[in-house]
Amino acid sequence: MNFLDQIWLIPLFPLLGAALMLFFGKLLDPQPVGQASGPAHHGQAEGLPHQTSLRKLIDFICPGMVLLSFVFSLGAIYQLRQLPGRVYQVIQFTWIAGLPFHMANGHLATFQADWGFLLDPLSSVMILVVTGVGFLIHVYSTGYMAHDNGYYRFFGYLNLFVFFMLMLVLANNYMLLFVGWEGVGLCSYLLIGFYFHKKSACDAGKKAFVVNRVGDAGFVLGMLLMMSVLGTVKFTDVNAILRSGQFPAETAGFGVLSAIAILMFFGATGKSAQVPLYVWLPDAMEGPTPVSALIHAATMVTAGVYMVARSAALFQLTPSASAVVAVVGAFTAILAATIALVQNDIKRVLAYSTVSQLGYMFLALGVGAYWVAIFHLFTHAFFKALLFLGSGSVIHAVGGEQDMRRMGALKNKIPITHWTMFAGSVAIAGIPGLAGFFSKDEILWQAYSSPLGSKALWFVGLATAGLTAFYMWRLMNLTFYGRSRVAPETEKHVHESPASMTVPLTLLAIGSVLAGWLGTPKLWNLGASFHKFETWLAPMFATGAAEPAGEAGHSASLEWMLMGLSVAVAIVGISIARYFYHNRPDIPDSLEKSFKPLHTLLYNKWYVDEIYDFLFVNGLGKGGGRVFGAFDRTVVDGGVNGAGWLTRFSSKVSIWWDTWIVDGAVRLTSFSVKLLSYPACLLETGRVQTYAFFVVAGLLAFFGYYIAR
Amino acid sequence: MLIDTVLFYIFAAMVLSGAIFTITRRSAVHSAISLICSLLGVAGLFLLQRAEFLFAVQIVLYVGGIMVLFLFVIMLVNLDLAAKARQFNRAWAVGIAAVAVVGAEMAWFLYRGRAAFHIAENGGAGLGSAAAGNTEMIADSLFSEYLLPFEIASVLLLVAVVGSVVMAKKRI
Amino acid sequence: MYPVTTIHYLALSAALLLIGTVGVLTRRNIVIILMSIELILNAVNINLVAFSHALSNINGQVFAIFVITDAVAEAAVGLGILIALFRNKETVQADEIDLLKW
Repeated sequence: MNFLDQIWLIPLFPLLGAALMLFFGKLLDPQPVGQASGPAHHGQAEGLPHQTSLRKLIDFICPGMVLLSFVFSLGAIYQLRQLPGRVYQVIQFTWIAGLPFHMANGHLATFQADWGFLLDPLSSVMILVVTGVGFLIHVYSTGYMAHDNGYYRFFGYLNLFVFFMLMLVLANNYMLLFVGWEGVGLCSYLLIGFYFHKKSACDAGKKAFVVNRVGDAGFVLGMLLMMSVLGTVKFTDVNAILRSGQFPAETAGFGVLSAIAILMFFGATGKSAQVPLYVWLPDAMEGPTPVSALIHAATMVTAGVYMVARSAALFQLTPSASAVVAVVGAFTAILAATIALVQNDIKRVLAYSTVSQLGYMFLALGVGAYWVAIFHLFTHAFFKALLFLGSGSVIHAVGGEQDMRRMGALKNKIPITHWTMFAGSVAIAGIPGLAGFFSKDEILWQAYSSPLGSKALWFVGLATAGLTAFYMWRLMNLTFYGRSRVAPETEKHVHESPASMTVPLTLLAIGSVLAGWLGTPKLWNLGASFHKFETWLAPMFATGAAEPAGEAGHSASLEWMLMGLSVAVAIVGISIARYFYHNRPDIPDSLEKSFKPLHTLLYNKWYVDEIYDFLFVNGLGKGGGRVFGAFDRTVVDGGVNGAGWLTRFSSKVSIWWDTWIVDGAVRLTSFSVKLLSYPACLLETGRVQTYAFFVVAGLLAFFGYYIAR
Repeated sequence: MLIDTVLFYIFAAMVLSGAIFTITRRSAVHSAISLICSLLGVAGLFLLQRAEFLFAVQIVLYVGGIMVLFLFVIMLVNLDLAAKARQFNRAWAVGIAAVAVVGAEMAWFLYRGRAAFHIAENGGAGLGSAAAGNTEMIADSLFSEYLLPFEIASVLLLVAVVGSVVMAKKRI
Repeated sequence: MYPVTTIHYLALSAALLLIGTVGVLTRRNIVIILMSIELILNAVNINLVAFSHALSNINGQVFAIFVITDAVAEAAVGLGILIALFRNKETVQADEIDLLKW
């Protein structure tokens, strides 16, 4: 079977699932009347789950569709390996056909966007992550959401999300990518607001939607500017033009390519939750936990990373834009990490951790290490999905409690969850041998050694690594170790999650351990099969020019040293966390007291939300409203009134003209016609027989003519 | 020949008297019965001229079909008021005068042209024989030479049927 | 007794036509006007058959069939109109229907 030609089927399966769910799901899963759906992790107390046998069908259809996509993806990628160029395009049909327009340089070009799919090493990594991790999360959800109403709706949205995400990563042009881009935004909104009767969930959904729109505006502008400058939005054409040398690299200044790059990156900051548009992601945790895992950790938020990596040819020509990307990434990484230090909500810690890790990815992109960014994306998808699902399992176990201050000592009660989360935490902290270490260390090394990198960026990354280790182990200690702070009546019900949840956790844990071995440092000299990831992605990011002598220019001992340093920082972070929250739980409290202002600042997330509220929501929204109101009343209304007066005056003139000249002429015409037609009218009686009489009279005249002749 | 001549005048009397009664009766039912009489006379004239098929068509279609249609409508439509009202319109005298002049003109034509018809008195030979009857000949002509007009006529009938049903429906 | 010739038929046909025309022009009742039209069409048929007989040509009779077809169609449509008219205007008098008047 030729999977490569069938890649268009990959997104279609989840779409089919979504259509089935959203159109017919209600038949499979009848909703109780007059009872709002809600988060029902209060488990057993909630009473019997209203499961029907038909509902079981959903458990098979939706994950099954994603599994089908996964199988097709594997098949397609296996066949892609055998292609010499490792690039395969399937164009279904012309979507936007032949719009002629003038490019910025005055040439006439034709804009065309195809409904086409592009499979290359970059998108192959993405579809594996989306379908693979997505499938595990679907399976997990069948257990996690078992007690919730709107089961079919949840899975319909989830499948729809997978469809749009696959469209995003398989698109062969920016236009189609944007379809997926908006689609995942929509699904994100729908799923954040899944518990729509909760005001906070609705608000979070709206916030995510609006903030994303701000970024999308940047993306659209960037896309249009690209269309106008390059004349095409097809990836292969764009890359070919940019790598042909037609546009020189904008090393010195800030040119039009940099503008495109910055605008696109602005779009990415919205979708991938970077400064300044990261504020929606922590609030997005109002959604069900599997959603947080799938959309807000593993896949959708990486769309920005993917898009920037996809535009690598553009960013390679624009060092200044790349520098912006790197700085924003590094800043986001450390800002989010500091906030994560003091949060008490388990999911919020993970949310800020996600923002921070995404910052890492952008740091890598900014310093030109595109494959490393994708590598981190890949490993991060495993361990962050694992951590989120694990946290969901914890929340499930303690009956919906999300505050870590009311957990503790859960290690033996939910052992599988504990051990899998342990693996995830070790991985994210950067202990050698697990996935996180390889990708994160590579990022740090690239930040240090790359010609675009700098020591400052490296240091920020290193500090973030330490903070990451600390807050993750703070989370682990507060949740699983120490003494129990769980409410007594809940404690009786603490239970391990069902197999549908623990099996995905286990598989993800295995992934978190092993995924990193695809990209071990070159320093270790483990052979080609251990840095497959780089060789697989290398053709995507080859500039064609000679490789910059970044890595070669630094000594091996330096790299060993930096590697040791990052491991040391991770171990120190873990140890401090262990000491603070396990051995001496009084220290954090006293620290909190002595550094009260700092703690308050961090706890309130640097007051960014408040500042945004002040600046944009209240400032621009309301204060700006006043300014605009005054402007409206004086200038605009004045103009309108003036125009009104002018219109009235001219209409008066027009009335006079109409009444006497135009109407007069019309009346004269009609009067004369009437006068002339009066004799003819006398013949028109309206009676049929009169007309028949005329026929006879005509006959008479006709015969008379022949007689008289 | 004598019997033919006698029959012609009998049928002609039927035709004309029936026609005159048709247009003068106050009651529409009486008019219809007079019309039947007139049409039967026409049928007889067809038979005299060896148009046997048309004779059958005249009786079946006119007397049997159209007249029944008329009678249906007469029963359906309340004609009591119409029977009590004036029967002729105001301009009847003008109409009759015009028709009289036309009649005079036509009589003049017939008088002038009467000589032309004596030569053609071959008594309808060839309009049907033992070998090929009248019906056969009509069918032969209708379905070969006049096939297209025949089909168009069928479409016309269909349109008329649909049209009259639509118009006679209670709610349009 | 004179033999009956074509001219006799033509005269009869002309007389029938004139009677029918008088009916159409003078009667007020639409039903009778329609009957008069049937008379006129029959006059035509007599004419056609007479010529067919005189010329030994079958085409005259074929045309008579077409005329009968038309007569049927005309009667059906005319009576349909009559019914619709009666339902809407409660009258069958031809000179009361003069909406086309200027």
